[in-house]
Amino acid sequence: MDPIIPILILAIPLCMFLVLGLFGNKMSHPIAGILGTAGMGVTMVLAYITAFTYFFSGAPQFIDGDVHLQNIVFNQDWLQFTDSLVIRLGFLLDPISALMLVVITTISFMVHLYSNGYMRDHHGVWETGFQRFYAFLSLFSFSMLGLVVATNIFQMYIFWELVGASSYLLIGFYYTKPSAVSASKKAFIVTRFADLGFLIGILILSFYTGTFNFTDLTSAPVAGMDGVYQVSGETAAGIRNIFQTSAAPIFMGGSVMTWALVLIFMGGMGKSAMLPLHIWLPDAMEGPTPVSALIHAATMVVAGVYLVARLFPLYLMEVTSLDIIVVVGALTALYAAIVACTQVDIKRVLAFSTISQIAFMMVSLGVARPEFHHGIGYMAGMFHLFTHAMFKALLFLCAGALIHAIGSNDYTDMHGLRKYMPVTHITFLIGCLAIAGIIPFAGFFSKDEILTACFGNSMVWYIWMSFVAGLTAFYMFRLYYLIFWWKEHKIHEGHHAPHDQPWTMTLPLVVLAAISCVAGFVPFGNLVTWNGHNMFDHVSFLTNLENLDWSVAVISLLVAVAAIALATVMYKKENPMPERMRRLMPNLWRWSRNRFYWDELYMFITHKIIFNLICRPIAWFDRHIIDGSMDGMAYLAQRASYAIRGLQSGNIQMYVWVYLIGALLLGAVTVICLI
Amino acid sequence: MFSNVLIYFVVIPLIMLLGLALSRNMKQIRTVAVVGSSALIALSVWLLVDYLQLRAAGETAEMLYVGSWAWFKPLNINLAVGVDGISIAMLLLSSIIVFAGSFASWKIEPLPRQFFLWLILLSVGVFGFFISIDLFTMFMFYEVALIPMYLLIGVWGSGNKEYSAMKLTLMLMGGSAFLMLGIIGIYYHSAPEGGQLTMNLLEISRNASIDKGWQYFLFPMTFVGFGVLGAMFPFHTWSPDGHASAPTAVSMLHAGVLMKLGGYGCFRVAIYLMPEAANDLAWIFLILTGISVVYGAFSACVQTDLKYINAYSSVSHCGLVLFAILMLNTTAMTGAIMQMLSHGLMTALFFALIGMIYGRTHTRDIRQMGGLMKIMPFLAVCYVIAGMASLGLPGLSGFVAEMTIFVGSFQHTDMFHRVFTIVACCSIVITAVYILRVVGKLLFGPVQDEHHRTLTDATWWERLSTITLIICVAAIGCFPNFFSDLIKFTFNTSFAQLLGMN
Repeated sequence: MDPIIPILILAIPLCMFLVLGLFGNKMSHPIAGILGTAGMGVTMVLAYITAFTYFFSGAPQFIDGDVHLQNIVFNQDWLQFTDSLVIRLGFLLDPISALMLVVITTISFMVHLYSNGYMRDHHGVWETGFQRFYAFLSLFSFSMLGLVVATNIFQMYIFWELVGASSYLLIGFYYTKPSAVSASKKAFIVTRFADLGFLIGILILSFYTGTFNFTDLTSAPVAGMDGVYQVSGETAAGIRNIFQTSAAPIFMGGSVMTWALVLIFMGGMGKSAMLPLHIWLPDAMEGPTPVSALIHAATMVVAGVYLVARLFPLYLMEVTSLDIIVVVGALTALYAAIVACTQVDIKRVLAFSTISQIAFMMVSLGVARPEFHHGIGYMAGMFHLFTHAMFKALLFLCAGALIHAIGSNDYTDMHGLRKYMPVTHITFLIGCLAIAGIIPFAGFFSKDEILTACFGNSMVWYIWMSFVAGLTAFYMFRLYYLIFWWKEHKIHEGHHAPHDQPWTMTLPLVVLAAISCVAGFVPFGNLVTWNGHNMFDHVSFLTNLENLDWSVAVISLLVAVAAIALATVMYKKENPMPERMRRLMPNLWRWSRNRFYWDELYMFITHKIIFNLICRPIAWFDRHIIDGSMDGMAYLAQRASYAIRGLQSGNIQMYVWVYLIGALLLGAVTVICLI
Repeated sequence: MFSNVLIYFVVIPLIMLLGLALSRNMKQIRTVAVVGSSALIALSVWLLVDYLQLRAAGETAEMLYVGSWAWFKPLNINLAVGVDGISIAMLLLSSIIVFAGSFASWKIEPLPRQFFLWLILLSVGVFGFFISIDLFTMFMFYEVALIPMYLLIGVWGSGNKEYSAMKLTLMLMGGSAFLMLGIIGIYYHSAPEGGQLTMNLLEISRNASIDKGWQYFLFPMTFVGFGVLGAMFPFHTWSPDGHASAPTAVSMLHAGVLMKLGGYGCFRVAIYLMPEAANDLAWIFLILTGISVVYGAFSACVQTDLKYINAYSSVSHCGLVLFAILMLNTTAMTGAIMQMLSHGLMTALFFALIGMIYGRTHTRDIRQMGGLMKIMPFLAVCYVIAGMASLGLPGLSGFVAEMTIFVGSFQHTDMFHRVFTIVACCSIVITAVYILRVVGKLLFGPVQDEHHRTLTDATWWERLSTITLIICVAAIGCFPNFFSDLIKFTFNTSFAQLLGMN
C-alpha cells in the first residue's frame, strides 16, 4: 500500500492541532470549527479507504487465502537504545488496527461536527476557548490513531501517554472550575500510576524477548515475504522458544513473563478504568460532553482492551494472566452495573455503564481460548468494542443534547421530555435498546457472542455475565424512563420549552443511531479473529443470525426483556415503587449510591497516608535533619572560632607569656630528647 | 593557539566582559550580552556541524580539536582542550541558556552592568570547564564558575539572600576541597613509575596507572566532590535555599548549566579515570542517588514556594543523571547525558517563568496565586509545557531521556539494580503529582487575588527567552536519535573498552 495515505491519516490531525493551537486565537470561531471538522472528515475518508483496501482489496500483502496478514506500511527509527531495542514510529495494518481506524475516525468526526453546535449557548455565543477545544480534539485524535497503528509496544506507550495528556487537557477544559481541575488531575495521576506498571512490564518483556516489535512478539515470520508476517494458526514457534529459554526466572511464584503480562495489563486497567483503578472515569465527566463521548466512552477507554487484544497470542501462552483478566473484568462489570442503578447525574450513569461494558470486553478476551469456536471470545470482544463505541457515543451525545437543552446533568431536572425533544428521544431509545441487547440492534449480537464465549469457558462466568447483562438493561431503561417519562415536564415561567438542537448536533445522533441499528449484521467473524483466519465460509447479510447459538441468545433475550419490563413497571410513571425498593435494601442502596466508598478510600490513602505520612515527614527530615546538620556544622565552626578567639586578644603581655612558656616547653622537650 | 576553535568559547565571553566594562548605558549592555551570546550559539552550532562532518569522514579519535599549550612546565600543567559529542552537547546547552538568560534579565536592577559582568564571568568558567581536558584547568574554570555565584545571589538575590549565598558557596567549596584532594592524588599516580606525571585526562586514561587501592580512595573523593554540585543526597541542601534566593538568570544558569558540571565531572573525571573503582563502588552511590530521585520528588510534593518545588524537582532529576551514570552501560549513560540536556533546558525554562511570574505577582507562594491562565495566558501555557516536559510527556525532552535511562538500567540482571531501577521508575508518578498540583493550583481554578487581574502578559524579550527554550525542549523530544547518536559515540568507543561494557 502506498504509504502516503497512512501518513496523511496521522499528519492531518497533527497539523490541525498545531495550526489551531498556535494560530487558533487569531481565527474566528466558525473558521476554527470548520477547519477542525473538515480536517477530521478528510482523515475519516482516508481511514475508510485504508480499512476497505485492507479488508476487501484481496492484495497479497493483506490477505493470503482466508488469512488476514499483518502489514507494516512504514516504520521509521526514532530512538535506538541498543542494537535490538529500537523505538520505531510506524504504521501497522492488521484486522484490529483497521477496525480501530474506522471506529476512531467515525466517532471523532461525529464529535467534531457535534461540537460546532454544543460549544455554543442558546444565543449562539461561542464558548471561550472554542479554538483550543478543537486543537485538543485534534491532538487527541492524532494520539489515538498513533496508538492503534503502533508497530511496537514502545510506540504504543508513547501515544498511550499522549492520549492521557490530551484527556487531561480536555477534562480540564473548563479550567476555572475547581471540580474540573481536580478531576483532570485525578485522571492523569491514576492513569500515570497504572502506566508505571505498563512501563515496568515493557521493560521486563523487552529485556527477555529482546524486541519491542509486535510482529516479532506475536507471530513467527514467514520466509520470503519482506516486511510481511503471517499470524500463525498454531502458537508461534518463535515466541514459544523465547518463552522456554528465558522464562526460567521465577519471581514470587509467577514466571517473569506472567509478571510482565500482568503489569502490562495494569496499564490497560488504568486506561480502561478497571477495578480498582476505575475512580477517575466518573469524575472525568467534568469535561465537555462531546469529549466524554469521544474519549471516555468510545476510544481512549478501550485502549486497555486493545492492548490485551494486541498482545493476545502472548497472553494465551500464560493462561494465568488471562484468568486474572477475567476475574478483574467480571468484578468490575458487576460493580459498575450495580452503581449505575442508583446514580442521579445522567453522565455518571453512562460513565459507569461504560466501565461495565468495557469490563465485558475484557472478560470476553479473558475467556477466549482457541479450542472453543476458533477463539470466539476474541472476536466477540472486538465486535463489542465496535458496537459499543457506536451506541455509547450515541448515548453520550444524546445526553449532551439534553444537558444543553436543560442546563443540568441530573435526571431530576428532566422527566417527561419525550414530547419536546423527539429526535433525541428516539435516538436515545435506540441506544438503550442496543446496549440492552435487544434483537436486531447492534449490542444484541456482540453481547450474545461474549456470553457464548463465557459459556464455553465456564458456567460461572456465563451466569455472572448474563446477570450483569440483565442489570445493564435495567439501569439503562431506568435512565430512559426517568429522562423521557416519569412525570410531565414542568416549564418554569419565563423559560422556553426545551427543544431539539441544531442540525450539527442532531445529524450525528441520527447517523450513530442508524449505525447502531445495523452494525450487528457486520460479519465480524470474517474480519477480526485472533489468528486472522476467517470463521465462516460464506458471508451474507444474515451470517451473524445464522451462526447464533440460539440457546444462549434466547436466554439473554429473555433476561433483557424481563429487566426492561421491571424498569418499565418501576419508572414509567411516577410511583412509590423505587422508594420501596430502596427501603428493602437500604445498605446496598447506600453503598451503591456512594460508589462503594472507593473515592473515600483513595482520599484516605493519598492524603492521610502518602501526603501526611510520607511527603511531610520527608520534607521535615530534609529541612531539619539533613539541612540542620549542615547548619549545625557551620554553627560548630562558629562556636569553635568563638572559643579560641580569646587567644588572639591583642594583649602583648599575654603573647609574651605564651611565647615564654612555649619556648620553655620546647627547650625542655629538646633537652629530654637529647638525653 | 588562536587557530584552535575551542579557545573562542573562552575568548568571546572575555571580549564580552571588556565590552561590558566599557558600556555606559543599558542599551549598550544589552547589545553586548545579546551579540555575544548569539555569537556563542553560532559558534557551538558551527562546531556541532563541523564535528559531525569530521565523524562522518571517519575520524575515530576520542577527542577532536585537541590542543595543548604549556602553562606551568615544572608540574606539567597545560591549557589542554578537546571535545567529543558530549562536550559539544554541553556547550550547545550552555550557550542557549546564556542567551535565554540574557533576555530574562532584560530589566535587571540595580547595577545592571555589574550583574552582567559577573554573569558572563560565570559563563567563562562554564565554557572553559567543558572544553578542558586538563585536570588543573578544569578545576580552575570550575572555581571561576562558582565564585561569582556568591555575589550574584548576595547582591541581586531576594529573601534571605546573604544566608543562602554563604551556604551555597561554602557547601560547593567543601565539595571542591574533596575534589582538589582527588585531583592531586590522581596527578601523583598519573604515570607509571618513573614516567612523566601529567594532568591530561587522555594521557592519564591511556596510562591507566592508578592502582586499585588508590582508586578506592580517589574515586569517592572526586565523585562526592562533583556530586555536591550535582545535588547528590545528602549534599543537596544548598540547592533549595540557593535557588530560592537567586535572581532569575542566575537560577537559570545555575540549575541549567552549573549543576551539569557536577554530572559531567563525575563521569569525565571520576568514572573515566578510575573505572575499576567505579565498577566496585558504584553500588554505594547508586543507593544515594536512588534515594535522591524519590526523596527529591516526595519533598517537592509538599512545598509551597515555586522555587523550592523546582529546586527539589531538580534534586530528583539530577539524581537520575548520576544514577544513570553509575549504571555503567552505554544506554543508561547516553540517557544520563540526555537527561542533563533535558533537565538543563526545562529547568531553565521553569526558573525563567517563575522569575517572570514573581516579577508580576511579587509572591512565589502557590497558595496566594491561582487562575493565572486567565490573566497571563502566554506564561501559563509555557508553564504547562515546561511541566509536561518535566513529567515526561512524549514529544518533549524529558520522556526520551528517562526512557533511555530506564531501558539502560534494566539491562543489569541482578536484583539490586532491578530494585533500584524500579524505585527510580516510580518517580514518574510522583513527578506527575507535584507538577499537576502546581499547575492546578497556580494556573487553573479561580483567580485568588483580585489585584492580579490587572497584571500583564509576557513582553517580547520574555517571549523570546521562553520560546527559545521550548523549541530546544521540543527538538530533543521529537528527534532524539540525533542527540543520542551524538552522545553515544563516546561510550561506544573508549568507554566500552574501559569498562568492558557490552
